Amino acid sequence: MFDSLANALGKAYHAIVGQKVLTEANVDDGIRAVRQALLEADVNFQVAKEFVADVRQRVLGQKVISSVEPGQQFVKCFHDSLTDLLGGQATGLPIASNGPLILMMCGLQGSGKTTTCAKLALWLRKNKKKNPRLVAADLQRPAAVEQLQSLGKQLGIAVHAEPTTARPPEVCRRGVEFAKAHGHDVVILDTAGRLHIDELLMRELQEVHDKCKPHGVLLVCDAMLGQDAVNSAKEFHARLPLHGLILTKVDGDSRGGAALSIVKVTGRPILFAGVGEKPDDLEEFDPSRMAGRILGMGDVIGLVEKAQSVIDEKEAEQAARKMQKGQFNFEDFLGQLNMIRKLGPLKKVLGMLPGVGSMLKDVDLDDKHFKRLEAIIQSMTVRERQRPEVIDLPRRRRIAQGSGNPLDAVNGLIKQFKTMQDMMKRMGKGGGLPPGLDGLLGGGGGAGPKRGGGGFPGGFPGGFPGGGRGFPGGRRR
Amino acid sequence: MVFGKLLSALKKTRDVLTAGLSRLFSGRKLDEAFLEDLEEVLYNSDLGPVGTRIVEDLKVSYKKREVKDIAEVPPFLRRKLIAMLEGCEAPLVRAPQAPTVILVVGVNGAGKTTSIAKLARHLQLQGKSVLLGAGDTFRAAAVEQLTMWALRMNIPIIKQGTGADPAAVAFDAVAAAIARKVDYLILDTAGRLHTQKNLMTELEKIVRVVKKNLPDAPHETLLVLDGTTGQNAIRQASEFAKSAPITGLILAKMDGTAKGGAVFGIRDVLPVPVKFLGVGEGLEDLEPFRVESYVDAILKFDNPAGS
Repeated sequence: MFDSLANALGKAYHAIVGQKVLTEANVDDGIRAVRQALLEADVNFQVAKEFVADVRQRVLGQKVISSVEPGQQFVKCFHDSLTDLLGGQATGLPIASNGPLILMMCGLQGSGKTTTCAKLALWLRKNKKKNPRLVAADLQRPAAVEQLQSLGKQLGIAVHAEPTTARPPEVCRRGVEFAKAHGHDVVILDTAGRLHIDELLMRELQEVHDKCKPHGVLLVCDAMLGQDAVNSAKEFHARLPLHGLILTKVDGDSRGGAALSIVKVTGRPILFAGVGEKPDDLEEFDPSRMAGRILGMGDVIGLVEKAQSVIDEKEAEQAARKMQKGQFNFEDFLGQLNMIRKLGPLKKVLGMLPGVGSMLKDVDLDDKHFKRLEAIIQSMTVRERQRPEVIDLPRRRRIAQGSGNPLDAVNGLIKQFKTMQDMMKRMGKGGGLPPGLDGLLGGGGGAGPKRGGGGFPGGFPGGFPGGGRGFPGGRRR
Repeated sequence: MVFGKLLSALKKTRDVLTAGLSRLFSGRKLDEAFLEDLEEVLYNSDLGPVGTRIVEDLKVSYKKREVKDIAEVPPFLRRKLIAMLEGCEAPLVRAPQAPTVILVVGVNGAGKTTSIAKLARHLQLQGKSVLLGAGDTFRAAAVEQLTMWALRMNIPIIKQGTGADPAAVAFDAVAAAIARKVDYLILDTAGRLHTQKNLMTELEKIVRVVKKNLPDAPHETLLVLDGTTGQNAIRQASEFAKSAPITGLILAKMDGTAKGGAVFGIRDVLPVPVKFLGVGEGLEDLEPFRVESYVDAILKFDNPAGS
């Protein structure tokens, strides 16, 4: 998502980058490119007009800082405007002062409400240690209740469901009461998809709101929406005070312009983004970081956070020690591979690095490569994995056959592994270690295979460095 | 009237667009400012860059004195829009020998399952025998959803559990359609974003497997597009066409205020007919697409006095 905005900004940037100072003329060139990109990305006409005017004012209104290039200044202004448009600072879910937190989902048909309900419940349980209960109040679409029940079962989340003959406001009310009685601290109401012009159904939504007094109403919007997004969002917001938005299907190639328009016309921020089909594919939305991603600045914070959530610190530390001592073997390597894979699809992970995202746009990066490495290692015996030096040609042939790979692939992996090992040994001896890294590793002690040689005071800050070091080695092919 | 429903469904559409148009035309001259406003109005109906193209054409026609004043602009627009949708109108294909296999594809939440139910109903009302294949084995309770529609219409359905191989379901359904000598088999598939390569490959496999028992099938592969989708609908059309032999479109959710104007841009990447419009939540809220009615309903030129 947002790719074309990033590209257009690149153009604008290049138009300005060579200039010594920002003038009205060269700023307007950049602005025009930005406006065009916004329009092609389904941003509402009026919203695009106002946004562009805002960027222009910021650029021309700022003081000239001689040490900063005009292009960078322009990007900074664009970034700030975009952050503002996306809703400024990150805002979380509402807080319930007493009783369970009641959240109510609403939106058009097919925007992804039911799936998002389950994702949000899972997110709350995982990240906020909550005990959520879902309420199946979409009695309109056939089998919507069954869908929520089946998702609940799959994720181990309680679902309140009633026969479809009941009325949704009553179901919600009873669902909330039930949740209170059973000690749930979050209730998520899944309502039926409805058109904003359907008077009857919109009234029903208001009735649900009156009966349950939710702490927050969340509008679920499809990232692929067109111009009409503004009309429907306005109407929903007029009927029910929205707390925020959840943007779905962000993993498509939509340019997401409608989302910007919705934020602008409702004045409500995007809280979460649905980024895939798996139940845990829901990300907290941070406007500033998303703006950075749009501008190709990457999302390093997001990457580090993700890494911290999946990488086992102790395991990483252990691996790092072994590396230093030159004891790193294929089993450790496999462990590291798995850690990296837990971060998600490679393309997604690399896309979070500054500048890499746009480079990868047309690259067909798949994770099969990892699987192949895994298959090769798994075709080794335990002894071979622990002592890679014993692997001779007949063993390599067997491994190749066993894993369904050509001999070359096995040779390649082993050669690569050896290079990596040598490099690590050198690093462990403190040879070519850059001073900064030296400090990070706690004085670069631990020379030789002796245990406890120099000691590793304190361990590493976060688990990522250890896991990260295995990464470049494993990837060099 | 056949198009009564479409007209009323598009009423809001017209209100939005014609409100713009009538405001645009009253007391104006055909000048640069007018052209800019016209572009904005077309743009707001999801025509996207096509709107810019139309305005450029209008400028050229004005220079050539083909369009002389503002009164000639509405008929010009009508002609233009209709010409752009040439070949967009076509009946459902029928195989020379039954069964006719219709494969239905689209992104998540576009409205595939509901459209299938409506399509089945449409055929049933014509006295045809229909069989459904529950090929969305991915989304929770998708099979149940289609089964409920089938029960309501008393139409048989071939299904396996959630998580089953969709290609296997397709294979079974084709075999059953042949054995039971039904007129039409409609195959559902899971919603998939066109950017997900593995899922698009899965779609290719489904098409291959359908051909095993019936080499000329699927006779129709219909791409369901959400009428509220913006320019991304064009990407969807071109990407889906790479993995499945798309023969037509169904434009769903046309009963809201959305215009479905992306259809114009789709012509450039995938010139297949729009077969149906989804205009409501009921089983019979499916209408064959008619170019003139669609354009008129959008521009409201069928009743200029009323605007």
